[in-house]
Amino acid sequence: MSVLVILISISLIVALGFLTSFIWSVRSGQYDDDYTPSVRMLFDDKEQELQNQDLKNK
Amino acid sequence: MQTEKFYYDNKIVRNFAYASILFGLIGMTVGLLVALQLVFPQLNFGIPFTTYGRIRPLHTNAVIFAFVGNGIFAGVYYSLQRLCKTRMFSDTLSKINFWGWQIIILAAAVSLPLGLTTGKEYAELEWPIDIAITLIWVVFGWNMFGTILKRRERHLYVAIWFYIATFVTVAVLHLVNSFELPINFFKSYSWYAGVQDALVQWWYGHNAVAFFLTTPYLGLMYYFVPKAANRPVYSYRLSIVHFWALIFLYIWAGPHHLLYTSLPDWAQSLGVVFSVMLIAPSWGGMINGLLTLRGVWDKVREDVILKFFVVAITAYGMSTFEGPMLSLKNVNAIAHFTDWIVAHVHVGALGWNGFLTFGMLYWLFPRLFGKELYSKKLANFHFWIGTLGILFYAIPLYWAGITQSLMWKEFTADGFLKYPNFLETVTQILPMYAMRSIGGALYLTGVIVMTYNLLKTAASGKLIANEEAEAPALTKQVAVHKGEHWHRWIERRPTQLMILSLVVILIGGAIELIPTFLVKSNIPTIASVKPYTPLELQGRDLYVREGCYTCHSQMVRPFRSETERYGEYSKAGEFVYDHPFQWGSKRTGPDLHRVGNKYPDSWHYNHMLEPSSMSPGSIMPSYPWLLDDELDISTTPAKIRAMQTLGVPYPEGYDQIANKDLQHQADSVVKNLADAGIKTVSNKEIIALIAYLQRLGMDIKSNKEVVTN
Repeated sequence: MSVLVILISISLIVALGFLTSFIWSVRSGQYDDDYTPSVRMLFDDKEQELQNQDLKNK
Repeated sequence: MQTEKFYYDNKIVRNFAYASILFGLIGMTVGLLVALQLVFPQLNFGIPFTTYGRIRPLHTNAVIFAFVGNGIFAGVYYSLQRLCKTRMFSDTLSKINFWGWQIIILAAAVSLPLGLTTGKEYAELEWPIDIAITLIWVVFGWNMFGTILKRRERHLYVAIWFYIATFVTVAVLHLVNSFELPINFFKSYSWYAGVQDALVQWWYGHNAVAFFLTTPYLGLMYYFVPKAANRPVYSYRLSIVHFWALIFLYIWAGPHHLLYTSLPDWAQSLGVVFSVMLIAPSWGGMINGLLTLRGVWDKVREDVILKFFVVAITAYGMSTFEGPMLSLKNVNAIAHFTDWIVAHVHVGALGWNGFLTFGMLYWLFPRLFGKELYSKKLANFHFWIGTLGILFYAIPLYWAGITQSLMWKEFTADGFLKYPNFLETVTQILPMYAMRSIGGALYLTGVIVMTYNLLKTAASGKLIANEEAEAPALTKQVAVHKGEHWHRWIERRPTQLMILSLVVILIGGAIELIPTFLVKSNIPTIASVKPYTPLELQGRDLYVREGCYTCHSQMVRPFRSETERYGEYSKAGEFVYDHPFQWGSKRTGPDLHRVGNKYPDSWHYNHMLEPSSMSPGSIMPSYPWLLDDELDISTTPAKIRAMQTLGVPYPEGYDQIANKDLQHQADSVVKNLADAGIKTVSNKEIIALIAYLQRLGMDIKSNKEVVTN
């Protein structure tokens, strides 16, 4: 069952890669603000126009 | 701060959206055909290219990689540009990504009906296509990371994290599982054998569900659901927590596909533990998606897009609850090999992937073409007929799965199997199969209506190919001098350098390690287990070509109900020469691991010509071409040499005399058939297949005392 060694080490490498990027993301302040991004993504210029059009149609 | 003007590329989004719709229609139509074939075997049409074993993989590959795959690309290319406030990194890479992916799909659509397959579920495509997939996937990643690096928004929205995880993990899974040794352009053998192959395959198979059907779609959910509801996601913090939890847990869950098989127990248990834990992050996503709609449930009543999303997220919640339950060994003992599993995946596929894609498309088209949706009524019709379709699909199959499993396991008071004839348990559930086809037809009808609706929408408007947008710049670009050495370019970019070197190390390490590791461990643990004879090897390749594994398992689990029905349970040491393993995952027909010597050669001959002549009422397709087509023995030496490379102990120089042995064995099969009154010649394919079937499970059947593990 030596393939287990391969699979586990590859899985660990992938997991370590994710861990590194997790640490990077926390350190670089990606998660300092855990509210604004969820609202910011709603604002696209064109999007607002379309929403307004929707309202006008109603 | 100065704002910059730029343009989003909508054309590529539209192209992927069209491709997703087109291949959705094709893949689901093929799905409906295979469903009907189970009720009306005549629909196999008696020709190789339309027979169940070949087109069932066509269905699964088409809906997963063509329908969902193009859906992922459409959604990612749309949302990534907007979340990063920039155009895609390179239009050329976008185009290569698009056309490359469609060519791969085309190659799959041609090669699978031709019987060119590796015989590993959801990874059936042969090695040249595997390489093409790798290249195009790298192009996709290159384009995505390029876009991320030139973004104008410092924060990476959670959806982008899901896309990154998808890219990285799918790349690794595909590379590891596709490790195969080519014989010629059309045929290869899996580098792994038996139990090891099974483990790699389901490590891949499960994570394909995780990282191709789940994480990208969660990313899409986090973009399109808030957009459609015009609400921020319920908890952004939860989305981050469940993302990291999900990707750390998912990759360990694969062995739950191999419970009660010859896989070592501790590996099975590891898979179970992680599968059960997975419910937490999965439901984290489900709850977060549904609660995003808090306060706008009145809108759900009005807005068909939100309706699609609500059903999609609910289906995700149901199947991710069911998954951990099915991973429990006692539940798995009942559900595995039955239609329960088919129902389970279709709740995920039709509900989660299908409905999320449809909702996304209904949302996208008006924005891509600057026109309102052609008909809300038709979209509502699609929603209801699709939902009905899912119910009519899933409920009968749950019923069928449990019914059949209980029949397999039922004993009489005297201790005999109550239903010793497998076929009896199949005919019992045929009505449910018929109902399931109706469910599938309803669902497909909905998709056809959607296609009409979306095409009408597109025709009424004009594609906004380049959508204008504005955003302040994030950082200054480093100036590039013309004519410099390419390596300077990499040196300036430590991130790329790191990623590139990691990829190189991974590939190099894998090439170096895997063969040495595996060849050594393929040394037999059971003395009486011998390599296949050349004729049996050729027969086995026919078994793989015809996709027999789509309906027959080769894995007798250690239950009394199975050892009574099939014989001695399967041992890990019996599979050391199986490249690829053929354990299967579904028993539409009986297990075949101990079929050797169970019937005379003539029985198999007549059965392959017309299954119902030997078992009246059988739903197995007939294989008349095996009786007419000549076996290609020119490949025998190459195959023997390949097997030697993989560690199968044929004597040195055996490839040169293999065909002589093959001829000898074929003659004896022909003689057996002649004794039963069947006249044929030794160079037909059927002879090789019979030889293989008669060998199955015989190594320890005839020699029980040598069994050690």
